[in-house]
Amino acid sequence: MLFSPLPMHIPDGFLSVGVSLVLWAVAIVVVGYALKRVNADVGERQVPLMGVLAACIFAGQMLNFSVTGGTSGHLMGAAIATILLGPWAGIVVLTCVVGVQALIFQDGGLLALGANIVNMGIIGVAVAYFAHRTLQKLLGKWSGGLFVSGFISGWLSIVVAAAACALQLALSGASPANIAVPAMVGIHALIGVGEGLITAGALAFLKVARRDLVEVPQVQFVGGKAVWVGGLVIAVALAIFSPLASAHPDGLEWVAEQRGFLDLARDPLYEIIPDYVLPGISNEKLATILAGVIGALIVFAAAAGVAYARSKRARGSSA
Amino acid sequence: MAQFYFLDPYQPRASVVHRCDPRVKVTLALAFILTVALTPSGAWPIYFLLFALELAVVILSELGVSRVYRRALIALPFALAALPMLFSVAGTSLLNLNLGLLSLTVTREGVARFMSVVVKSWLSVQMAVLLVGCTPFPALLAALRALSVPRLLVAIVGLMWRYLFVLVDEALRLLRARESRSAHPPEPTGRRVGGSLVWRARVAGGMVGNLFLRAFDRADRIYAAMLSRGYDGETRTLPMPPLHAREWAVLTAGLCVLVLLMVSGLLFYQ
Repeated sequence: MLFSPLPMHIPDGFLSVGVSLVLWAVAIVVVGYALKRVNADVGERQVPLMGVLAACIFAGQMLNFSVTGGTSGHLMGAAIATILLGPWAGIVVLTCVVGVQALIFQDGGLLALGANIVNMGIIGVAVAYFAHRTLQKLLGKWSGGLFVSGFISGWLSIVVAAAACALQLALSGASPANIAVPAMVGIHALIGVGEGLITAGALAFLKVARRDLVEVPQVQFVGGKAVWVGGLVIAVALAIFSPLASAHPDGLEWVAEQRGFLDLARDPLYEIIPDYVLPGISNEKLATILAGVIGALIVFAAAAGVAYARSKRARGSSA
Repeated sequence: MAQFYFLDPYQPRASVVHRCDPRVKVTLALAFILTVALTPSGAWPIYFLLFALELAVVILSELGVSRVYRRALIALPFALAALPMLFSVAGTSLLNLNLGLLSLTVTREGVARFMSVVVKSWLSVQMAVLLVGCTPFPALLAALRALSVPRLLVAIVGLMWRYLFVLVDEALRLLRARESRSAHPPEPTGRRVGGSLVWRARVAGGMVGNLFLRAFDRADRIYAAMLSRGYDGETRTLPMPPLHAREWAVLTAGLCVLVLLMVSGLLFYQ
């Protein structure tokens, strides 16, 4: 607890064995690949560099600042590590940090370690990386862009990792999804502000002290297409699994139904796809899944459209 | 700040558990945690047997029962995440709470599920506390290597452990420096001290950036020092001696008991 201000380290006993083992498998594959990539990049320097930087992130989590009334802002470190070291080294460093926290300080369980590595090490780093790269591209010329991008990637890495954590708890049946996800995301949306501010502050310092570390030469955005496809697959998978995961009505909704104020909660503004169920399809579960898939596709189409328009404009200006 | 000097959770004793081979300890601890995870919820007799088994090892380890139990409470705040289960699991109602608009019904099954999660997490954390309490970290790493965790990862974690204390000291120096630069009211008055939130965050961010620079430089120096001592990218360690017959016996007996508990839990309480 001393070193992890984030209520995001899942202890043992909360995740079902199936979920834990699947996430362990994911963690092993991704971390193994990351180790290989880092080894190709820095070679025999890997052991001292990664080891000291993991210790640095660990110690950096102690550096806090008071927010208000006894609470304080802290660092998880995924965003700053990713921005400074790149995604693969970021994954290796965060994996070591999370592993030592679990092994030595019982911050997060051992069976649940795979899940914690996936949430904080892999998802946190991946989100920070793509948020930072995308924002750097968008804000490239503006001098404050680095800090805005650092803030947003720090904030996003926390929030998305928390959402993943809540989803895993829900999948294990340890907490109903419609309570766990909003609660975790809500709390971490606040905590993430601290992370974002510290990340931006660290970047501001490093930009003055060591410009070369934070201003990597603009390399081609490798794997951009793969990320869009992967994100789409994940979103569609979530849409498909979320109705199946909560087979019986969840607590709050059930209570609301009982008390009859569910009707009040339905805002006509959101009636475009009423209650996420498509009209005209009789099987309710199928309709929910379809509605989710369509929603995910629309969001992605919009995002891809914006990205395409931007890249076209960029090409036009450079030509 | 005194707590940071007790970073290392290892407690040197001369107990039977301390002298046991780390490979045996790691395997049995992981098997125990897996057994706890596989035990269905509401299998109270099995939980009790697991608890008794653990208590026996805690007493044998001479770590102090109350100390281990206190440390094992660390995961308790996370139980909050499982709290909605009290209301969301359908079953016989125990208690009705009326909170304004919201009416919540606590069910018997919900309480059983919630308590199971809390007990399971407490048992698992206790085992982890026990493992690191009576195994020095280098021995733990050697055991992990013997249990085929990638050598590279083990080497990185080993180096991280080696420099953790150094960098924690750096961080403490940064905190002390900030404290001595900042005027402080003698008691927390609730009034804002030291500029706006963003300003304070920027100071903390600067400290993090500073720590990063020091770590980068230190990594360079360490690498140079390692190179000059003949480092070629390979971390060499002495192979661990094969397990004695007695250690094999402990390992087999422990695994048998755990499998027995796991099977009876799955058979009788599913």
